[in-house]
Amino acid sequence: MSHKEDFTMDNAELELAKLRAAPITPKIRLQIPPQDMPAQDPAARRSNMEEVALGYTPAQAMLEAERCLQCKNAPCISGCPVRIDIPGFIGKIKEGDFLGASKIIKKTNLLPSICGRVCPQETQCQAPCTVGKALGGVEKAVQIGRLERFVADYERAQGAMEMPHVAPPTGRKVAIVGAGPAGLTCAVDVRREGHEVTIFEAFHKPGGVMVYGIPEFRLPKVLVQSEAEVLECMGVDFELNFLVGRTRPLRALMSEDGYDAVFIGTGAGLPKFMNIPGENYVGVFSANEYLTRANLLKAYMRGMAGTPIYPSRRVAVLGGGNVAMDSARMALRLGAEEVRVLYRRTREEMPARAEEVAHAMEEGIIFDFLKSPTRVLGDDRGRVAALEVLSYELGEPDESGRRRPVPIRGSEQIIPFDTVIVAIGNESNPLISHTTPELQVDKHGHILVDEKQKTSIERVYAGGDIVLGAATVILAMGEGRRAAQAINEILQ
Amino acid sequence: MHGTHRIVSKTQLSEEVFRIEVEAPLVARERKAGQFVIVMYDEEYSERIPLTIADADPVRGTVTLIFQTVGASTHKLALKNPGDEIVLLGPLGNPTHIERFGWAVCVGGGIGLAPLYPIAKAMKEAGNRVTVISGARTKDLLIMQKELVAIADEHIVVTDDGSFGRKALVTEPLKELCMQSPPPDIVVTIGPPIMMKFCAETTRPFGVKTLASLNTIMLDGTGMCGGCRVAIGDQTKFVCVDGPEFDAHLVDWNGMMMRLGTYKEIEKEAHDRCHLEMQIAKLEAHAADKESAK
Ligand SMILES: Cc1cc2nc3c(=O)[nH]c(=O)nc-3n(C[C@H](O)[C@H](O)[C@H](O)COP(=O)(O)OP(=O)(O)OC[C@H]3O[C@@H](n4cnc5c(N)ncnc54)[C@H](O)[C@@H]3O)c2cc1C
Ligand SMILES: Cc1cc2nc3c(=O)[nH]c(=O)nc-3n(C[C@H](O)[C@H](O)[C@H](O)COP(=O)(O)OP(=O)(O)OC[C@H]3O[C@@H](n4cnc5c(N)ncnc54)[C@H](O)[C@@H]3O)c2cc1C
Ligand code: SF4
Ligand code: SF4
Ligand code: FES
Repeated sequence: MSHKEDFTMDNAELELAKLRAAPITPKIRLQIPPQDMPAQDPAARRSNMEEVALGYTPAQAMLEAERCLQCKNAPCISGCPVRIDIPGFIGKIKEGDFLGASKIIKKTNLLPSICGRVCPQETQCQAPCTVGKALGGVEKAVQIGRLERFVADYERAQGAMEMPHVAPPTGRKVAIVGAGPAGLTCAVDVRREGHEVTIFEAFHKPGGVMVYGIPEFRLPKVLVQSEAEVLECMGVDFELNFLVGRTRPLRALMSEDGYDAVFIGTGAGLPKFMNIPGENYVGVFSANEYLTRANLLKAYMRGMAGTPIYPSRRVAVLGGGNVAMDSARMALRLGAEEVRVLYRRTREEMPARAEEVAHAMEEGIIFDFLKSPTRVLGDDRGRVAALEVLSYELGEPDESGRRRPVPIRGSEQIIPFDTVIVAIGNESNPLISHTTPELQVDKHGHILVDEKQKTSIERVYAGGDIVLGAATVILAMGEGRRAAQAINEILQ
Repeated sequence: MHGTHRIVSKTQLSEEVFRIEVEAPLVARERKAGQFVIVMYDEEYSERIPLTIADADPVRGTVTLIFQTVGASTHKLALKNPGDEIVLLGPLGNPTHIERFGWAVCVGGGIGLAPLYPIAKAMKEAGNRVTVISGARTKDLLIMQKELVAIADEHIVVTDDGSFGRKALVTEPLKELCMQSPPPDIVVTIGPPIMMKFCAETTRPFGVKTLASLNTIMLDGTGMCGGCRVAIGDQTKFVCVDGPEFDAHLVDWNGMMMRLGTYKEIEKEAHDRCHLEMQIAKLEAHAADKESAK
């Protein structure tokens, strides 16, 4: 733990006392600086798997809460995909009623300890925040995500986790395919109404990307596990190691096994590669493979885990999103000497959460902006030896509004690497659609749904990354919730 | 939470080869020849081990797996006993395309004879004339012989050291069969990659359609990681979802063999450690026996 933590803690208590000595005007509120979240020292954390961000202390949370202006129109709410009553819960924090704050959040968000940690707040709830706008920068907005995390962690630490109420049995059965955030959320909302719920999951642990992709140091797995336990306590049944489409056809769940409705939340599990020469050399991995080995199969616990991980010294990570940040930081923790992120555009265009980029930089990850590889070079044993890299400059904006990177002719250079991790995104896994031809998908393989998340098959709903393409945890949850509503309606 | 499956029986077929029968009614019902499962010996630390479904009994609801203890993970699996629970996911991969081709030659090497059996059987059931070529380093490693003999119209056995059958590599009789007229209508080969590669080279000049079942490194087995990828002609394919069988004449064998060696050094270390641990356990058990005998 860093010295920084003690420093801010003392500071926050003093500041809070000072502040509350007199009536607080909006002007004063705007003068309170955004509270930093204590974090493990970068030098220490780059070689351990423990969580990087340590969370606010109660005093820090209350001080941060004082920054909120309690806007009447609350623009922040419209930035949150599940419409949490943000001023409402922040108001409770101000009063020191943390459990009350939690109650408000849980009305619309079942997994606050997770969302508080992984939501891209700077493009969601914090983007329209009045405080950020007034101070001229989204980074100065009220730190809604950090507050949400604080409240959720506080509730857990008190052992005060509340189980959602379950209505008496209705005799109806619902199958959920995939135990990612979309499936878990849908399961809770359907189960509440008293319907029987079974979740079918291909892996041996529930959580989806939250357990196999997002690393321990960013989202401790006990959090996901304890959410799954809440579902179990509610009477949700988990069938793990069950691949719908192979272990059992989707259709048979309804026609033979008696499920009245199905929700498909199978995620976007199909890794994209660069399609450049040399990509099959030993030492080139998809981020999915690298992270699954490291997270789900615990390859970082050498000696204990049966699953090996490639020993790397110089690692190139291709991409600029959360997946790229996670891969780079994981490689560092697994002992790499130098990790470089190669991204075709610049820092401004990076889709990763701002906090992850900042943390990665602090840890010593090197960023090569405006660069993209054209070729992987191998040695005589077929192992990665280097990348041929082309430099780019930013040209005219493209259809996404971002300036298009244009290659600079003749700028190729050879950079030595022994490992390449491709983190340029995922497409949708075609297994279910291939084994269920009547299920309509678009040209990218995303399942087509209507405004109620219903697919082309009666009583079959879908949501999350399999519909949206690679999106976010909270959007997946929002879709799971909307589907649950529709399912509950038809089962009434 | 459910998801583990009980081992109902275990037989040691040779020093290195084990057969286990696992309760998995849904898998037993859905599976077809050529498909495989992924097993884990526990839910926390196990590697994910792909194994072909060697046989299945839909009535009893069991699948049979036959595996060779080549490294640490297969050794740990071999330590499991009837009554123990293991993780099992499947059936994975595409079933073998079975039709009435006419004359089918099925070539298996070593442990590959286990996954070859269900395919040869299905070929026979589809009305083909089936010739089986069984190959192994030595007599003790020839497995599934009774089963294969029972379904084959002809059965040719070769060993590297001549301890049983002909002293030859499987490619020798395969070539002789290809020289007959008419030649075989289809060849299916399963075994070590090097053997499959040479089978492909043997049939290529004769233009005999040849399928190989690839045993790449795998992780999820569902198309999510891309670790099992291999070049087939000018395309990259994922063996777990696009295969495991491919046109042997299009497989980039050298690339595949290189990728199989990705973790060789680490695995050797794990294997050695595993052997050492088992050795120590044996010694301790021996010492304890002596102690109690006193
Ligand atoms: C490395 C990484 C980091 C990320 N970081 C963030 C972040 O910081 N913030 C954020 O908001 N988002 C992040 N995301 C994106 C986010 O994780 C996803 O948008 C979200 O998990 C999608 O949820 P989902 O429920 O749709 O699918 P998933 O989480 O993908 O879950 C799908 C589940 O379905 C299972 N499944 C698939 N097919 C079948 C089948 N046929 N039968 C049974 N089960 C099946 C899978 O095994 C999986 O468990 C990240 C993604 C990755 C890969
Ligand atoms: C679709 C498929 C079906 C298979 N069916 C069977 C089967 O029915 N019976 C059986 O015994 N084996 C089968 N295998 C191979 C089996 O999965 C491996 O032998 C096993 O994973 C090795 O694990 P290990 O930790 O014990 O050995 P490791 O220590 O991982 O490996 C030991 C040696 O085996 C090689 N090896 C590693 N992984 C594989 C692999 N997947 N295939 C071949 N060699 C490998 C390594 O290069 C190394 O030299 C199959 C593989 C696939 C992909
Ligand atoms: S759920 Fe996400 S977007 Fe909504 S308030 Fe919480 S952190 Fe912001
Ligand atoms: S917009 Fe910002 S200041 Fe206004 S209520 Fe929301 S969080 Fe508070
Ligand atoms: S094993 Fe992961 S994609 Fe085939």
